[in-house]
Amino acid sequence: MDTKHAKLERHSMAFATAILFVASLGGLFEIAPLFTIENTVEKVDGIRPYTPLELAGFDIYVREGCYACHSQMIRTLKSDVDRYGPYSLAAESMYDHPHQWGSKRTGPDLARIGGKYSDDWHVAHLSDPRAVVQGSVMPGYAFLSDTSLDTARLPSSLTALSRTGVPYTDSQIENAQRDAGYQGDQDADNEDELFERYGPDVQVRDFDGNPDRLTEMDALVAYLQMLGTLVNFDTLNHEEIAR
Amino acid sequence: MTRQSEILLTLTAVLCVLVLGIAILGWGIDTGYVLHGWIIAIAAGWGAMYLINRLTDPSPDIPLEYKDDVIKWGVLACFVWGVIGFTIGDLLAWQLAFPSLNGDMSWSNFGRIRPIHTTSVIFGFGGNALLATSFYVVQRTSRARLSSETLPWLVFGGYNLFVVLAVTGYPLGITQSKEYAEPEWYADLILLFTWVAYLLLYMRTLARRAEPHIYVANWYYLGFIVVIAMLHVVNNLSVPVSISYAKSYPLFAGVQDAMTQWWYGHNAVGFLLTAGFLGMMYYFLPKAVGRPIYSYRMSILGFWGITFLYLWAGSHHLHYTALPDWVQYLGMTMSIILLVPSWGSVFNGILTLNGAWDKVRTDPAVRFMMVAVLFYGLTTFEGSFMAIRPVNTLSHYTDWTVGHVHAGALGWVAFITFGAMYKMVPWLWKRESMYSLRLEAWHFWLALTGTLIYVGAMWNSGITQSLMWQTYDPNGAFTYAFIDTVDAMRPYYIARAIGGLLYLIGALIGSYNIYMTVAGPRLRGADKLALPLARPAE
Repeated sequence: MDTKHAKLERHSMAFATAILFVASLGGLFEIAPLFTIENTVEKVDGIRPYTPLELAGFDIYVREGCYACHSQMIRTLKSDVDRYGPYSLAAESMYDHPHQWGSKRTGPDLARIGGKYSDDWHVAHLSDPRAVVQGSVMPGYAFLSDTSLDTARLPSSLTALSRTGVPYTDSQIENAQRDAGYQGDQDADNEDELFERYGPDVQVRDFDGNPDRLTEMDALVAYLQMLGTLVNFDTLNHEEIAR
Repeated sequence: MTRQSEILLTLTAVLCVLVLGIAILGWGIDTGYVLHGWIIAIAAGWGAMYLINRLTDPSPDIPLEYKDDVIKWGVLACFVWGVIGFTIGDLLAWQLAFPSLNGDMSWSNFGRIRPIHTTSVIFGFGGNALLATSFYVVQRTSRARLSSETLPWLVFGGYNLFVVLAVTGYPLGITQSKEYAEPEWYADLILLFTWVAYLLLYMRTLARRAEPHIYVANWYYLGFIVVIAMLHVVNNLSVPVSISYAKSYPLFAGVQDAMTQWWYGHNAVGFLLTAGFLGMMYYFLPKAVGRPIYSYRMSILGFWGITFLYLWAGSHHLHYTALPDWVQYLGMTMSIILLVPSWGSVFNGILTLNGAWDKVRTDPAVRFMMVAVLFYGLTTFEGSFMAIRPVNTLSHYTDWTVGHVHAGALGWVAFITFGAMYKMVPWLWKRESMYSLRLEAWHFWLALTGTLIYVGAMWNSGITQSLMWQTYDPNGAFTYAFIDTVDAMRPYYIARAIGGLLYLIGALIGSYNIYMTVAGPRLRGADKLALPLARPAE
């Protein structure tokens, strides 16, 4: 071994190439198959791309770095399932660019937070966490209610995502800006168009308690209220999705 | 490649970056993004002017000595980023203990400033330490001057431009929220350019070496450069929304993105924070104690073991998740085997001290390095242990992970850096010795106390919280609500913040000591020190 290695040590190009070869094996054997083995992401009814308003909320979640303290991944452990709900399926994050599984639970897991609390609770809690939960160490996000949602970027965002493989249709991309407004305003009677494009289960209402204005709070709460609600676990065939 | 064509090639690259900067400041919409356009354009413009000046100089005077000026700047950058990173880290620790310190403003909240801490310490402090020491080591062990006069400056400048763009972007919300790979696409592109230049410079300097063999420290530096290039490119593949926005969407999603991210994340630890610093150990430890490396065979085993195994271990960050089980078990297995080459390096380092153990007592720099190796051994054992699935049910998502990372970062990475710096600074500036051994010792004990408090607090908080999460009452209901487990963390969070503060004070003392050393008198007879060979061999 020593003499062969002594030869390698005399050739810098060969040494660098050997490093690259040896180091690339792990990724080739562990990551590449995840793209080719079909049941890596199981097929589940109900999963759909985010609506423009939810996507804007997802972008805010990413921007604020929420993942640093909140996971979105319920593990297959009993104590996880009992506390947070059915364990997370790969399909549930298949449109998350990037994934928000997280690595730390300074706060609780949020994978199934949708529908567990009212909109008002979320707005009050985000604005001043300790007014709602005594002892919380979460920062306050009152500024989200004061910031109008910039919807101008949404069509380009949907286009970029469709390039990564999210199946947004042309009509969804074209109407992205309008759809964001439709979803945050229950009075405008435009739900039908939204339902047509994203399905009948989309939650349409004023999320932040301020119907005059579409804010970042609307978007974030819309996103949180949708989290984990797309799959119906009562009707799910567990054997079919078993890994 | 002649000198002229090399400068023309780098000038082309710098002009590409200049165009990128101008495009961003022209088309950008958000203030922070436009500001970044200006920073890029000014930095690249400066670089282009510098190169054009060099190009018009027909016969530059290249002295027959090692190229050390850029290394001095690297030392400066290392300590500046270190102090910034430690300060922000300690601020974050106090925020967790007293949440009102967040200020509840967008730019001051925990989520936005946490990456300032991680980027400053990993890429600012650690990265600059590696740039500086790798330039130092490759020249000495090859007995050759760096192969280029201009490239080292572009590597140093481009790299620090990347770090500046990263940390100034986070408080403004410019992030892709991929852990330890937060900077957006344009900063990633600049790092890619820089990294290719770094690899070229390193390889071409090695090619000029007057020694037939490449010394083991260079294997590790080379491993660090090559693997970080691969990780950076694959993990940061993304689709920018448009030139008008900083925002991009990573190419992969969900489970594939998670696996790619932790393949990256675990190996940023493996090749930046481990391989690079092992390179540092393999040069500065034997130099400092005047003993040869204990075992050549163990070096070979350690190096290739780490290079092969680390890349398989990332999936242990994803136990019991929606990642397919076969990848989780494979990652766990490789993580356990990884202990063998890791401890190979530990024994190689510790046994190198044989015959010179008195220096641990008399020389704080050697003490720093010795304790660094012990912490490396502790952390790699802990890491393999935490990768075991049942153990992971207890440790994952808790402060135990945070404590583990800091045992490695504070105890290993920063300790070996401080030890190496205390040796390299007097050599580099040609000083008799460091300004004060007593201050070095103060730094050592403050840093060690701080680290032990930090890591001890996190073990306690992590295990406590995890057990509380899993405690059921006899009726099968949870005993503790989530917020009860947060309340229980308070004393540990305060202790951690105090430990971090001690560590920061130590680093400030270290910075002062280095400043005073540089400001002090020059060593007599300094011109007779080791020089590169006049003509490269081969």
